[in-house]
Amino acid sequence: MDLNFLSVKAIIQGLCKKDFTCEEITKEYLNNIAKKDKEINAFFNIDEKQVLSQAKEIDKNFSQKKNDLPLAGLPIAVKDNILVKGQKCSAGSKMLENYEAPYDATVIKKVKQAGAFILGKTNLDEFACGSSGEHSAFSPCKNPNDLEFVAGGSSSGSAAAVAADMTPVAFGSDTAGSVRLPASFCGIVGFKPTYGAISRFGLIAMASSLDQIGILAKKTEDIEIIFDAIRGKDEMDSTSIEVPTGEKINSLNGLIVGLPKACFSQGIDKQVLDITYRAIEKLKIQGVNIKEIEMPNLEYGVACYYIIMPAELSSNLARYDGIKYGSSEDGIKDLIDLYFQTRGRFFGKEIKRRIMLGTYVLSSGYYDAYYLRALKVRTKIKMDFNEAFEKVDFVLTPTSPVLPFKLGQKIEDPLSLYMMDLLTVPANLAGLPSISLPVGKVGSLPVGVQIIAPASEDKKLLAVANLIEKIWTP
Amino acid sequence: MISLKETNHIAKLARIEFSDKELKQLQAELSLILGYIDKLKEVDIKDIQPMGHSVLVKNVLRKDESIEEKKPASKSLVDWAPEKDEGFVKVKSVFQK
Repeated sequence: MDLNFLSVKAIIQGLCKKDFTCEEITKEYLNNIAKKDKEINAFFNIDEKQVLSQAKEIDKNFSQKKNDLPLAGLPIAVKDNILVKGQKCSAGSKMLENYEAPYDATVIKKVKQAGAFILGKTNLDEFACGSSGEHSAFSPCKNPNDLEFVAGGSSSGSAAAVAADMTPVAFGSDTAGSVRLPASFCGIVGFKPTYGAISRFGLIAMASSLDQIGILAKKTEDIEIIFDAIRGKDEMDSTSIEVPTGEKINSLNGLIVGLPKACFSQGIDKQVLDITYRAIEKLKIQGVNIKEIEMPNLEYGVACYYIIMPAELSSNLARYDGIKYGSSEDGIKDLIDLYFQTRGRFFGKEIKRRIMLGTYVLSSGYYDAYYLRALKVRTKIKMDFNEAFEKVDFVLTPTSPVLPFKLGQKIEDPLSLYMMDLLTVPANLAGLPSISLPVGKVGSLPVGVQIIAPASEDKKLLAVANLIEKIWTP
Repeated sequence: MISLKETNHIAKLARIEFSDKELKQLQAELSLILGYIDKLKEVDIKDIQPMGHSVLVKNVLRKDESIEEKKPASKSLVDWAPEKDEGFVKVKSVFQK
């Protein structure tokens, strides 16, 4: 069986028509994981026995009665910061190394109800904090296209697993680009919906006003199938919303796509720009109108993010205190010592850096100068998008400012890693849906282009991405 | 710029134990990051409202009553505490004797 051609849609249809059994495809994926993942390191532990017994159970259901659940028999890989009941959920951190999830996240509950099952949990930067996967407290995930290169982060394992045919689809989370960036680096599709379109219940919180669960797959069509199964209002997440179904789009002709000047200027790798411009030319041939637009505040996205995110993160991660759950330092008598020793020992370097930064910007005397100012700049960025969407249907930029880089190349320079979020973070700050599509390669290294839509136009974005993908796929 | 004294103070607020060497490195890194963040001073934010969330957030309250069917879930949550006693999470001593 060639897993490369097994899309989500093909699996669901093939199982329905009994072209193959769930056990057969699951074995194929497990074989592929056994073969490749020692080097790539996309997955944490996989319980093969349990996965196979689930697959057999699904086959039994198929043979006994018609299994008409929308995702019947589909294996899904899940970033290890999303809770799956009874399975370990480490968030890539020593702090939660032995933690087992006591309940299912809403997205997990929904896909299970739709007939899918969980193949395994995937590697990530600790608490989803990083752009390369190298901040995983365990060993980093590598890029399947070239093992000397990073897979991108923080949903590194999810992207690598899809790219290397170790799963047909994966969940990730995206706070500043953590789904789109690794999708771009690994050469697959990564989608971050409108803030609230997918419930965050059961996603380990990083920066709550920016976090969104996203989907990674090889085709936009596959992403849409999963999105439809998991989106919607959830009583367990007060920020969740219903996004409209949207109209059918059959042609790109007449669409207006905006290119923000700031995203095509200095700081963006020339090879990335060249390949992006070639992709844009292909859109023009289809009748898409391309418009250069001014969005002067986008360049402040990273600075704005590195105030808001650490502020929220330092508050969210205050819960890891050695008392409630997770790791706890042994042999300590006093409460205050337990806090210091537990957090000092079990948090990684990058997490400590961000907690320190967040504590600083929220500390007495600095709140107005940093946090309040950042919230106002966030408004300005949102206003840039509002103005842009009066003139254009979508905004298009490269997904990453640079090509995938080698493991270890940027790890000692936090600020240069932070700059990886330059083009993806504005969509998180403004809460907008965005998708990264593969457009080509430079040597062995994939390049992705990002399309951003107005809030709640997720379905329209997916429809258009589906058409664009057909033009861009070589 | 952030001084070593300030870095130390922030570490105390954040409840994280650092070695002297780690604190010095953090002082340098945080200063670099804060230097970059200063870029925000270029933006004219006069008369601009702050935005904490991209969607309208309002509090959702439930009735103040015991939810019997959720008891098993609360038990498994308490089970994850490193130290517990009769359904309670146990805390280390707060006051010196």
